Amino acid sequence: MVEYYWPKAEDRHLIGQRISRLDGPVKVSGRAKYTYDLKPDGMLWGKILRCPHAHARVKSLDVSAAERMPGVKAVRVIQGSGSEIQWALDEVAGVAATSEALAEAAVRAIKVEYEVLPHFVTEEKLDQAPKVNPGQEETVGDPDAALAAAEVRIKGAYGMPMVAHNCLEAHGQIVQWTGPDSLTAWCSTQAVAGVAPQLAEGVGVPAANVRVICDYIGGGYGSKFSIDRWGVECAKLAKIAGAPVKLMLDRRAEITVAGDRPSAYGEVEVGAKKDGTLTAWVSKSWGSGGPGGSGTPPIPYIFQIPNRRHVHSSVPTNRASARAWRAPNHPQGAFITMCALDDLAAALGMNPLDFFVQNLTLTGEREKAYREELQKADELMGWRQRWHQRGDTGKGPVKQGLGLSIHTWGGRGHRSNCEVTVHPDGMAEAKIASQDLGTGTRTVIAIVLAETLGLPLDAVKVSIGDSRYPASGGSGGSTTVGGVSSSTRRAAQNLLDLVFTKAAPQLGAAPADLEAAEGAVRVKSDPAKRLTWRQVAALFGHTPLTATGANPGDGELTNSGVGGVQMADVAVDVETGVVKIRKMVAVQDCGLIVDLKTAESQVYGGMIMGISSALSEEKVLDPITGVSLVHDFESYRMAGIADVGELVVHMMTGPGYDERGVIGVGEPPVISPGPAIANAVANATGVRVPYLPLTPRRVLDALAASVKKETA
Amino acid sequence: MAQDGERDDPPAGGISRRAFLRGGAAVGALGSAGLLAREMAEAAKGGPRMEAGVEIWGPGEVPVRLRINGKPYDLKLEPRTTLLDALRDHLELTGAKRVCDRGTCGACTVLLDGDAVYACSLLAVDVQHRAIDTVEGLGRPEKLHPLQAAFVENDAQQCGFCTPGFVMASKALLDRNPNPTLADVHHGLSGNFCRCGTYAGLRKAVLAAAPLMASEGGEDEAKEQTENAGAADQPERKQQKKRKRRGRHG
Repeated sequence: MVEYYWPKAEDRHLIGQRISRLDGPVKVSGRAKYTYDLKPDGMLWGKILRCPHAHARVKSLDVSAAERMPGVKAVRVIQGSGSEIQWALDEVAGVAATSEALAEAAVRAIKVEYEVLPHFVTEEKLDQAPKVNPGQEETVGDPDAALAAAEVRIKGAYGMPMVAHNCLEAHGQIVQWTGPDSLTAWCSTQAVAGVAPQLAEGVGVPAANVRVICDYIGGGYGSKFSIDRWGVECAKLAKIAGAPVKLMLDRRAEITVAGDRPSAYGEVEVGAKKDGTLTAWVSKSWGSGGPGGSGTPPIPYIFQIPNRRHVHSSVPTNRASARAWRAPNHPQGAFITMCALDDLAAALGMNPLDFFVQNLTLTGEREKAYREELQKADELMGWRQRWHQRGDTGKGPVKQGLGLSIHTWGGRGHRSNCEVTVHPDGMAEAKIASQDLGTGTRTVIAIVLAETLGLPLDAVKVSIGDSRYPASGGSGGSTTVGGVSSSTRRAAQNLLDLVFTKAAPQLGAAPADLEAAEGAVRVKSDPAKRLTWRQVAALFGHTPLTATGANPGDGELTNSGVGGVQMADVAVDVETGVVKIRKMVAVQDCGLIVDLKTAESQVYGGMIMGISSALSEEKVLDPITGVSLVHDFESYRMAGIADVGELVVHMMTGPGYDERGVIGVGEPPVISPGPAIANAVANATGVRVPYLPLTPRRVLDALAASVKKETA
Repeated sequence: MAQDGERDDPPAGGISRRAFLRGGAAVGALGSAGLLAREMAEAAKGGPRMEAGVEIWGPGEVPVRLRINGKPYDLKLEPRTTLLDALRDHLELTGAKRVCDRGTCGACTVLLDGDAVYACSLLAVDVQHRAIDTVEGLGRPEKLHPLQAAFVENDAQQCGFCTPGFVMASKALLDRNPNPTLADVHHGLSGNFCRCGTYAGLRKAVLAAAPLMASEGGEDEAKEQTENAGAADQPERKQQKKRKRRGRHG
C-alpha cells in the first residue's frame, strides 16, 4: 500500500523553485504550432454565414449560387427556413472552399431573408426588462431589524457590464476524417478529453473513433470547453468535401459570440456598529448572460454578515450565451460587496484596512490567511502611511487614492489520470490528456515527475494535448494544477513502489530503505549502492516500465479554498476623467506551489486582466438594432503594457500554506482588481463611480452628479 | 507617473508605430474585374503594369519574390495577399499570428528593413526586395537569441500567441534604442496586445535583454558596416527609404 504525500520542504529539489516554463523556447521562437497554424495536405477553408439581426426568424435561404461556385466543396445550412435566431451573428450556414477568399465569397453568395423580431439587449435597469427570472431569496438572521438598528448604514448601487474573453487565438478547429466513421480534430480547446465525445455525438460516430489534439492554445479563459456548433459543422463540411477543413472564427465573431462574462448590477444596504462591526446586509442583484440568463454571484461575498438577505434575478437578453469567464460569478459578487463595504467604511470614517481586519471573523476558515495577507499587502503598498480619507485634498486636477479588496476561490484538483513510463534508455515520460493554456501545466507535470523520480528536468518528457492519453479534466476553475500534479505524483510513486521492490534484492536492501535521488535509485544509508534509471529499466527487460495514478485518490495532495488580497493605487484626473493605475499589489495563497515562476505569472496575468476589465472593457450593444457595437481591438479596448502601472506580486508559502497540498491559482487574482481600483477611485475623488468600466465618461458623470447633489 | 497632482507629459517627439500604421494601414487593393484573358496572362508573367501612373498587379496570381530572414522566396500570389498570409499560408512561417487582421493587435509584427510593421496591413507585392525579418530568423528553440532567452527567463509569455509579435516589436525597439527606459519600453510595445497579462514579464525581459543585445548588436553592426564599406551614403539611403515608405503608406 503506497502512502501518497508531497515531500517536506527540506526534501524538495524542484517543487517550489522558480523554474522557466519548458515550452518557453518553442513558443518564443515562433515554432509552437497552434491550431490556427496547422495546414494538413489538401486542407479547405471553412467560413460561416452569420445572422445580422439580434432576434429573427429565417424566412428563406438559398445556397444554390454558393454551391455552383468553382472551388466551393461543401455548403451546409445550419439554421434553415423557420429557425428562430436569438442573437446577432449566430450561425446560419457554413461553406468550405479551396481558398479563404473563395469561402468568403461563397458566404456572400448565400441569400437569406429574415423576419426581424423584437429584441432586448440592455439590462442595466431591471424595470425595463421584458422578462425577469427571479432567483431564490436567501435570508439569514433578521436583516430588516438589524439594518434598522445599525448605527451607521449606507445604500448604494454597483454594477459591471458583460465583457468578452477575446482570446487572441480565435475559437476554431481543423477536422480531418480518417475513415468513414473516424476522425481527427485539432481544436483550440481547454478540454481535449472533454470535446472528443462532444464531437463524436455531434457527428454521430463512436466516441472511441474521435481523436482530439491541442498542443498549444492561444488563450481560453473559460470560453473553450465546448466543441461548439461551429466545430460540429466543420466536421460535417469536411465529411461532405472529403477533405480536411479548417474553420477559425474571425475577430468580429470571436468578440461577439465566442464568450462573455455575465453582467451584474446590485442595490445594497449595509449597516454596522459605530466601531465598524458589520451587522446587516440587504441586497438584490440581477444580470444577464444571454437568452438563458446569468449565473448567481455570491453576495455578500466572503463576509458572512450575521443578518443578511439577498436575491439574484436573471434577465434573458438577445445576446450570445455567456461562458465561464475566469472565476465565474466571483468578480461580480466581489465588486458589489467590496464597493458597498468600502462605502460603509467611508461613512464610518474608518480606514478600510482596519474595517476589513475588524470584520475578518466573518470570513470563516481562511481568516488567518486573510489577516497575514492584509498585513503583507499593507507592507508592500505602504497603505497605512499613505492612506487618506476620501477625497485627495491636493492641488491640481490629478487626485491620488488607495483601494483594496479580498477574494477567494476553490481550486481543488479535478479528476485526472496519468501514465508514467520509464523507457529502456532511462528517460521518464508522463502522459495525460490535459492541455497547457499557458498556465504552465507541462512544466508542473515535469517538475512533479522529475522530483518524484529524482531525475533532472531534462530527463523527463511530458506528453499532453491528445485525447488518446489517459483522461484528465478540462482546464477550468483552477482545477488543473491540483489534478495533474496529484495524478502524476501518484503514478510516479506507484512506479517507485514497483521499482523499489524489484531493485531491493539487487541493492541488498529492503524496498523501504531505497530512495530515488540524483538520477538513480539508491540505498538511503549508502548512496554509493545505486542503479541508474537505465539499469533500473533493464531489470524489467526491454519493455518500458509503466504505472498509473489518478486524482482523486488516497493522500491529501490537493485542497480547496484560497485567499487573496489586492490593493490599488490610482491617479484620477478630475478634469478629463482619466484613471491611471499607479501601482497594484497582489498577495495570494494557493497551497503548495509547484513552480513559483509560473504561479506568479498567473497572479500577474489575473491582475492585469482584471485591471483591463475595470478600466476599459465593455460589450456595448445597440439597444435599437441589438447588434454589438464592439467587434475589434479598437472598439473593444483592452489594457496595453503602459496601462497597468507598477505590479507587485507576493505568494504566501511555507508553514500554514504548503502542507495544504496543491491548489489552483488561475481564477482568484482576476477577482479583486475591479473593486480595488473602483475603491481607489472613490478614495481619490471622494465620489463613488458605481459602474465598471471606469471610463472617463463614467468618472466625469459621477463627479458631475456629486456636484449637482451638493449644489441642490 | 503623476506627481504632485500634475499631468504626465505626453511622450516626447515622433508618432507611435500604431499611429503611423493607422494613418495608412489600408494599402490599396487594386480591383480589376473586367480584364481580358490576354492581360491576365501577361500579369501572370511578371510585375505590374502602369495605368495613369498607378501600378496594376494581377488579376490572378502573380510572381512575387520575398526576401525573408536573408533568403529569397519565389511565390505565386494573388496581389491581394497580405504579407502575413504569404508568410503563414504559403511559406509555413506561422510565427507571426493572425489575430485582428487589421493592424491593431501587433500579433503579426515582423521587421521590414528593420522597422516593426504589421504584416497583416501590408501587401506581399508591395514589400518585394525589402528585408523582411520574422521571429523564425531570430533564434531556434535550441539556440535562442538573447532577447528570446530573456523572454523565457522572465516568463514574458503565457499562452504564447502574442509572443512572436512582442519579440519582434522588442527587437525593433532595442535595435533603435539599445538602452531604453521603462517609458521607452511602454512606448515601443504599445502597438501589441497580450490577453493573458504578461506585461510584467515583458517589461523585465526587454530591460534585461537590452545590455545583452547591446553587446551582441555591437558585433552585428560592425559586421554590417564592413559589408557595406562601399556604401558611404548609408544613412541617407535609409532616410530615402523611410520617405518612400511614408509616401506609400502614410
